[in-house]
Amino acid sequence: MLRDNTSKFVVAGGLAIICFGIMAPSWIVNQLMFGFSRALAILGLLILWRTGLVSFGHAFYFGLGAYTVAILDIELGVTDVFLRFIGGAVIAGTAGFLIGFVMRNYRDIFFAMLNTAISMVLYGIVVKTELLGSTDGFVISIPTIFGVIPETRHPLFVVIILIAMCSAILVNFYLKTTVGKLTTPIRDNELRVEYLGFSVAYVIHLNYTISAVLGGGAGALMAMSLGQVDPDSMINWTVSGELLFITILSGPGSVIAPFIGSLVFEILRTYAFEFAPHLWRMIVGATFLTIIFFLPGGIWSVIARLGRRS
Amino acid sequence: METVLTIFLDGLQFSSYLFIVSAGLTIIFGVMKILNVAHGSFYAWGAYTSAFFIGKFSDMGVPDVFGFFIIIAAAIVVGVVLGFIIEQGILRHMYRQDGILIVLATFGLFLILEDVILIAFGTDPYFAYHPMALLGSVELGGITRDIYGLTLIGVAAIVATGCWFTLNKTKWGAILKAVIFDREMGISMGINVPLVYTMTFIAGAILGGLGGAYIAPTVSVSPGLGTEVIVLSFAVVVVGGMGSVAGAAIGSLIIGLLRALAVHELPQAELFVVFAVMAIVLVFRPEGLFAPVKPRKI
Repeated sequence: MLRDNTSKFVVAGGLAIICFGIMAPSWIVNQLMFGFSRALAILGLLILWRTGLVSFGHAFYFGLGAYTVAILDIELGVTDVFLRFIGGAVIAGTAGFLIGFVMRNYRDIFFAMLNTAISMVLYGIVVKTELLGSTDGFVISIPTIFGVIPETRHPLFVVIILIAMCSAILVNFYLKTTVGKLTTPIRDNELRVEYLGFSVAYVIHLNYTISAVLGGGAGALMAMSLGQVDPDSMINWTVSGELLFITILSGPGSVIAPFIGSLVFEILRTYAFEFAPHLWRMIVGATFLTIIFFLPGGIWSVIARLGRRS
Repeated sequence: METVLTIFLDGLQFSSYLFIVSAGLTIIFGVMKILNVAHGSFYAWGAYTSAFFIGKFSDMGVPDVFGFFIIIAAAIVVGVVLGFIIEQGILRHMYRQDGILIVLATFGLFLILEDVILIAFGTDPYFAYHPMALLGSVELGGITRDIYGLTLIGVAAIVATGCWFTLNKTKWGAILKAVIFDREMGISMGINVPLVYTMTFIAGAILGGLGGAYIAPTVSVSPGLGTEVIVLSFAVVVVGGMGSVAGAAIGSLIIGLLRALAVHELPQAELFVVFAVMAIVLVFRPEGLFAPVKPRKI
């Protein structure tokens, strides 16, 4: 059996990015923060994708996490970065656990559509409720870290990278447990997994809840990095599509892939915005089609091929 | 009483345009098993094309009656051109892939087509009120309605009858049913299935374009038009049962009337009711209220 060095790579890579980020100009730090925040949600979608499930509505959990941060901030005055993160992840996770009871019986297009429906219900509520900021959303105060208001963006950046590292290691560990290893077998043949004595519904429910927790955490971090929340960039169905796009772009090969994919997406979007502001969706769409046609394993398959050769 | 009538007519009009768009979506799904996200773009393209040319021709002094021909022409041109390019260029090469991957590919296409609209038509809104102004308004049970909106109901009825007739009374309909029922058996009976797929996709695209082209005179045609329509028609198609034209009709009636009721009585719930209905139907009847009967295969 091959030794798995993923955790070591995650730690080394994470520390390298922290060192790099502390010296880098603030716009690069911002990009890294957005990329790594979003990557948590991709990590959750990766688990689902390995199980053979594609959710066209995970912006529900992303938005739930983001709006939890906003409500914690405005109603309760919670500013601590960890409390906000945990709040977002717990609320989204609880919702995911409850919805999971229904969702675990759904596959394919029905799974995708039910997720879309649920995310659009939340979108519909938020857009039409003044109390929830309607289409304008909320501005979120700068998060404090251990009671201190940081003067630069760097402390928040370090926290995000550390959370991302922990999540990647935990997910990697989960995927190596017996239940975690059942993901791909479920995609390939559910019936045989049942014959082996495992409950497919239970595994899917667990994976779904994990993806909800990660989606909520990602939304919470994103809200704090951006400093604002609004329904069209947090809950609308196009956001779900965007998250799926990054998942396909990253590839299901490794827990490191979502982080690389998210960064590539962030860079792609920034440069597309910079050079052709009216064309960025076209560039993203064209990249999407190219990946689906020519690189079904995503960016990670290229990295894995290079790694094997050396 | 007048409120009830207003809600009823608003709902019926909204249902009509939802039905025209969703019928295209559900036909494509029924025959090809593709949930086409790019359908929202057909709608947006239809709206832009008709609004652009109605404005242009009116400036040139062409009588406004001509607007109705433009609407139909816009739908056909958009459907044939976009439908043909997308089916032949992209989808044709994907039929062996996983269904969900095809959904994602059509989402990529949707993003591309949204920006092509911006390049072609710019970001300024278009107003093509001429056909609507031409028909004027009518007094109906104490309320004033514009006639153009009422003709929308007629168009939806024509589309519904046309679909029913084609599916049940023509050779084409028999071929379509055979392909839906058992694709491989259809091939072995000598049906040119790739051709059926291309024609179906184009027909669906024309309906998507017609929805947009006909609604264009009543709204300001501006960017982001297709984004809302596509999830609404997903809701309609899911409620009615994916792949069933009758289901799309019932689905759009339910969603259109409920939404009109919400708009008048509880505006905050306007979007909520639509997707709550969609979620409830998925939970209790995942195949939709009127799912087409699945053939039992051994």
